[in-house]
Amino acid sequence: MADQKASTSIEAVESGLAAQGYIASRQIATAVYLSQQIEKPILVEGPAGVGKTELAKAIAAWRGMKMIRLQCYEGLDEAKALYEWKYAKQLLYTQILKDKLGEVLGGAQTLHAALDQLHDFGDVFFSKEFVEPRPLLQALEQPGGCVLLIDEIDKSDAEFESLLLEILSDFQVTIPELGTVSAITPPTVILTSNSERDLGDALKRRCLHLHIGFPEQRLEERIVESRVPGISQALRRQMVGFIHEIRSLDLKKLPSVSETIDWARVLVLLQATELDTDIVKDTLNVLLKYEADIEAASPQVTTFIAKAARSNVFG
Amino acid sequence: MRENLHRFFRAARGVGVHVSPAESIDAMRAVAKVGISDRTVLRDALLLTLAKSQDEKLALGDCFDLFFSQPEPRQDQTEAAGNDDAAQDADQQADPSSSSGSAGEPGQAQPPESLGPLAQMLLSQDRNAISAAIASASGAASLSDIRYSTQRGIFSSRILDAMGLQRLRDDLDELTATNPALAERLRAALDALREAVRDTVSQGLALYAREEAENLRNEILRNAPLARIERRQVAEMRALIRQIARRLRERYSKPRKRQRRGHLDVRRTLRRNAAWGGVPFLTAWKRKHRDRPKIVAICDVSGSVAQVSDFFLLLIHSLHEVVDDVRSFAFSSHLIEVSEILEKNSPEEAMAEIMSKVGFGSSDYGSSLVDFEKDFMSTLTPQTTVIVLGDARSNNLDPRADILRRISERSKRLVWLNPEGRLAWGFGDSEMPRYATFCTVVRQCATAQQLERAVSDIVATYQ
Repeated sequence: MADQKASTSIEAVESGLAAQGYIASRQIATAVYLSQQIEKPILVEGPAGVGKTELAKAIAAWRGMKMIRLQCYEGLDEAKALYEWKYAKQLLYTQILKDKLGEVLGGAQTLHAALDQLHDFGDVFFSKEFVEPRPLLQALEQPGGCVLLIDEIDKSDAEFESLLLEILSDFQVTIPELGTVSAITPPTVILTSNSERDLGDALKRRCLHLHIGFPEQRLEERIVESRVPGISQALRRQMVGFIHEIRSLDLKKLPSVSETIDWARVLVLLQATELDTDIVKDTLNVLLKYEADIEAASPQVTTFIAKAARSNVFG
Repeated sequence: MRENLHRFFRAARGVGVHVSPAESIDAMRAVAKVGISDRTVLRDALLLTLAKSQDEKLALGDCFDLFFSQPEPRQDQTEAAGNDDAAQDADQQADPSSSSGSAGEPGQAQPPESLGPLAQMLLSQDRNAISAAIASASGAASLSDIRYSTQRGIFSSRILDAMGLQRLRDDLDELTATNPALAERLRAALDALREAVRDTVSQGLALYAREEAENLRNEILRNAPLARIERRQVAEMRALIRQIARRLRERYSKPRKRQRRGHLDVRRTLRRNAAWGGVPFLTAWKRKHRDRPKIVAICDVSGSVAQVSDFFLLLIHSLHEVVDDVRSFAFSSHLIEVSEILEKNSPEEAMAEIMSKVGFGSSDYGSSLVDFEKDFMSTLTPQTTVIVLGDARSNNLDPRADILRRISERSKRLVWLNPEGRLAWGFGDSEMPRYATFCTVVRQCATAQQLERAVSDIVATYQ
């Protein structure tokens, strides 16, 4: 049955990513599986630090492919993202070939004849050798395929989005002087966004839309387990429970998975065996990045620890 | 299954998720890959391919749960329907001969042979068969075309007709004469059936009609006078205003710097290439810089205009991404700044607080303008657009149009939005004509649509 195969393949994705230390939820695994099957990019949205970029790295490591990363920022344009002419090389070559040019043109009687002859050589300087491929073009030229990560697409300008459309839907780009370059092997494309601005519908339509939120408690425990192996199970439960309580507060920036992992590392370094008020208060700055947030959370620490401990007993 | 997916896409459009043909093709391909045996995977796949934001995901998830909550023995249904018809035909032919025979013999446990298929089905209480019959009949009655709640009756009766209600009635009449107890049972079963059909239709309405109904309601709402909408519509109007704000944001939040391609900035190019003796290796191009709008809004919150001001302030303050700087002032008899109240609180609380501070007075434009000139004149710069929202009815007090002139001189534009119709301007205590002299634009602004146009124009002047 095709169905049977599909669900086992999704599980294969899940375990493949897990082998790289990325614990994926069922939804994420389905998205990765589908993007391979119907050759569509994945647009990943979600708060900062939930592992959007990490997902691309894990896929690349799992499938043994090269990862090409394009970090977006305001003012990014095709010269930096797609390709550029090697101007200096072109200039250098014209200088070196000056004499040669003289020879070539030497036979011409009139200016017109010289121009005609020159036309035959003109395209030499706008050939593949003089193209400096930037990440997008590099991704298309990988013979074995690759994972192309377009990071924080929401930081780029709206014009840049339009530039991406051709690559995302057909895996090809058009360079006016050279023609259309198609991908040798279609790359796996992952776009990430922090929803700083709304992306255009044209871009969204071409992608699978995956939203990664804060993980459930069990999943987060597994993530910590895979990332910070040195931590004891009881402490892991307790700290993840505590973080889930913190997330229920109204804070400027909620602690996300990367903060959880950092905190777990810190707790291991401090050789803590269980959470108590002092150690939490001392290390709260690992979790919360704003002074106001720390002030808001500090009075609740004791109750949260108690709650986390209680849920630990039942869970 | 394909048929079912198409119906699901329609239902998805109903909850406001845009499903274009291309997306439905993608979804079909995805479903073909993952299969339909595992419902959670199917749900994930559809959510991944169709939804394009977190809100849409939630809406679509609910829609999915509602849509697939009914049992769907689709394959059997068509067969069942086919058998049904055949059986019905056969029955009808056999009927005249057998009816006399069965009437003589009172079959209590087994429903008599003479009855129509629907009656048989009801009496044998075969739940699966009944629900399958309802589903196939609603297919025949094209339930997915239902649009308005008033159509519920007609669709119910269409479905019942398709299931063979006529035949059932005949049976019922006959049984009442011959076998009253069985007739009673059948009647109870018929009532239950009617209820089930009604539920099916309601579910269909919830699935398929939302889009149309919403469009219609929004259309009416857009053109309703803001000042007189009913209390229960306020929340809907707020949602509509938010939608308008989103549309304006999308339209105007383009980057502010735009390269003027092809215009070389000679000065910067020469300076940049000084190291190469002025040979232009690096070129610099001219850029156009566009200002973000700066808005000062002065709103009348006395009785008749308060509601309009409320929506206007909500709209202006949801345009953060488009508008750089908004300062809002509210007045009736005196004027205060309300920007902070609006930023900190939810719209409902903010308006309540504003009303408790300055509302409920009779409006005095003159002294309010004096207040503004005294304390806030410095907020105006040559980039500012000043928007005054009010009916300009000053209760025959001094309008102080001279202050408005000074405001107009200091700012880029002065726009007056008046909720009253043009005909009323200048009559009674309306000072509109005197104020209008100093305004760049005066427009009527009584409905959500007019509000959208007015704000859109104001923002557009900065592009």
